[in-house]
Amino acid sequence: MLKFIFWRLLQAIPVIFVVITATFFLVRSAPGGPFDSEKAVLPEVKRALEAQYKLDLPLHEQYLAYLGDLTNGDLGPSFKYPGRSVNEILGSGLPVTAELGLYALSFALLIGVLAGVFAALRPNTRQDYIPMGMAMIGICMPSFLLGPLLVLIFGIYLDWLPIAGWGDLPGDKILPSVTLGSAYAAYIARLSRAGMLEILSQDYIRTARAKGLPEWRVVIQHALRGGLIPVIAFLGPAFAGLLAGSFVVETIFQIPGLGRFYVQAAFNRDYTMILGTTVFLSTLIVFFNLISDVIAAWLNPRLRAQFKGSA
Amino acid sequence: MSTEETALLMEAEDGASLWHDAWLRLKKNRAAVTGGVVLAIMVVLAVLTPWIAPYGYEAQNLDLGATPPSAAHWLGTDIFGRDLLTQILYGGRISLAVGFIATAVALVIGVTWGAVAGYVGGRIDSVMMRFVDILYALPFMIFIILLMVVFGRNILLLFLAIGAVEWLTMARIMRTQVQSLRQQEFVEAAVSLGLPPSAIIFKHIIPNALGPIIVYTTLTIPSVMLLEAFLSFLGLGIQPPQTSWGLLISYGAETMEEYPWLLIFPGLALTITLFSLNFLGDGLRDALDVRGSKD
Repeated sequence: MLKFIFWRLLQAIPVIFVVITATFFLVRSAPGGPFDSEKAVLPEVKRALEAQYKLDLPLHEQYLAYLGDLTNGDLGPSFKYPGRSVNEILGSGLPVTAELGLYALSFALLIGVLAGVFAALRPNTRQDYIPMGMAMIGICMPSFLLGPLLVLIFGIYLDWLPIAGWGDLPGDKILPSVTLGSAYAAYIARLSRAGMLEILSQDYIRTARAKGLPEWRVVIQHALRGGLIPVIAFLGPAFAGLLAGSFVVETIFQIPGLGRFYVQAAFNRDYTMILGTTVFLSTLIVFFNLISDVIAAWLNPRLRAQFKGSA
Repeated sequence: MSTEETALLMEAEDGASLWHDAWLRLKKNRAAVTGGVVLAIMVVLAVLTPWIAPYGYEAQNLDLGATPPSAAHWLGTDIFGRDLLTQILYGGRISLAVGFIATAVALVIGVTWGAVAGYVGGRIDSVMMRFVDILYALPFMIFIILLMVVFGRNILLLFLAIGAVEWLTMARIMRTQVQSLRQQEFVEAAVSLGLPPSAIIFKHIIPNALGPIIVYTTLTIPSVMLLEAFLSFLGLGIQPPQTSWGLLISYGAETMEEYPWLLIFPGLALTITLFSLNFLGDGLRDALDVRGSKD
């Protein structure tokens, strides 16, 4: 197991390195420097600014300096918000986005697994078609449409829930979390249905039933563990999707999280902020893919045995 | 009759009956047929838009303002008094075009890459697939936004950027297909006849791997359209004066409190299209029995 984790870590390092390098040169190759913007700036001032942000050095030295800063965990200053570092801005947004993602994912797992298992118990009956039809709607209904629609129904017409904000009013975390989570609930429902169907047709399940175990114990103790492996494997990529989804959801509901900062940085062409956020988010995503791979390997008895033998 | 001709003939006959069977299976799947028909209508509407749109694309009527659906404006008008149906038709042209063109880009890159890797094998294969693995791990959504920011928001770049990230799965599917196909007799026959690898790949292998490619292509189009709508919603995709469903939804969301139809109709157009494509894709997967024919 340790060996597996070690190998996956080794694979993650070049990926992060590629991200940093590609992002750095992409951002630097953008037409126009960050300071030849709207207002005319005195040449001396511009030079001083460029020196402050190390833009006067040759490109490869800038790159090396950036890598050096990164190894100290320093993502540099923000161009647009002088005096604030990228680290500070990310640090203020991260807890918000993490909380939003956590609620969305919990919602998705709860609803998705329940619906998927429920559907798999009676395949090709109404008990299967109704949740799976709803899952199809969930997949085809993008968050940027679902969010405004939920706001319209529950926020405006019914006036049950606040329509924006995060932690300001009671219940204002519900709509964003549901908006972000519902597409994943749909995917998870489909995955857990497929996984459960496959497991439920296997010999050891027949054995468990033949032993006279009650159906709920067969499902919960024997089938669920194997049937949910595809769901666990999906969580890594889902995490990347949740981050991208948070761009939209945080914009709709005006939540001060990472996604909103990223979109704002993209609009403002705040290059250090874009660079820093990209590096940070990419590292997070790679890290979560790693964790979900490790958990999936750990849950899969065949893989586990293999690594027990070799490690 | 030469050996090659015989082999080709047998292959063609096999292929024909396979496609025929698949067609019969597809016809029985009501959801897939409905999806296909709806999609065909959408495409025809998009192609004919300049001739059938009830109003001109630029036509405004500021005095009219936003009005709910009526006899003159079936889906209502927006705050500039522009006919919403006309906007949706023109937006659909762009949304569908992005879906189809970006998928085509992904298809060409992915199929070629996967076919070469699978056919050549060995060290080249492992290097090529390592490259795919690394790209897979990249947060591509962030990269597309980055590309749009750095190189400006133009539609051509949007096609390329989306196509460039969507080819990875295609390459993996293609490689698996090719690896199994190249072991088969008709490919050996083609090799022994001295055909160059490019001819073998394009004439003999790719046509036989069409099933999974078609299925995956049908399922890639909706995800590409979703990506475009997502970017346009954030203001990082299609830019005015052009419009797309994503952009219309984002305008609609701003004014939904007073004019909900401006959100609902573009949203319906997008959702119905995505639905149709997904149903058609699922139906094709069952009809062509893609999962079962992986060996």
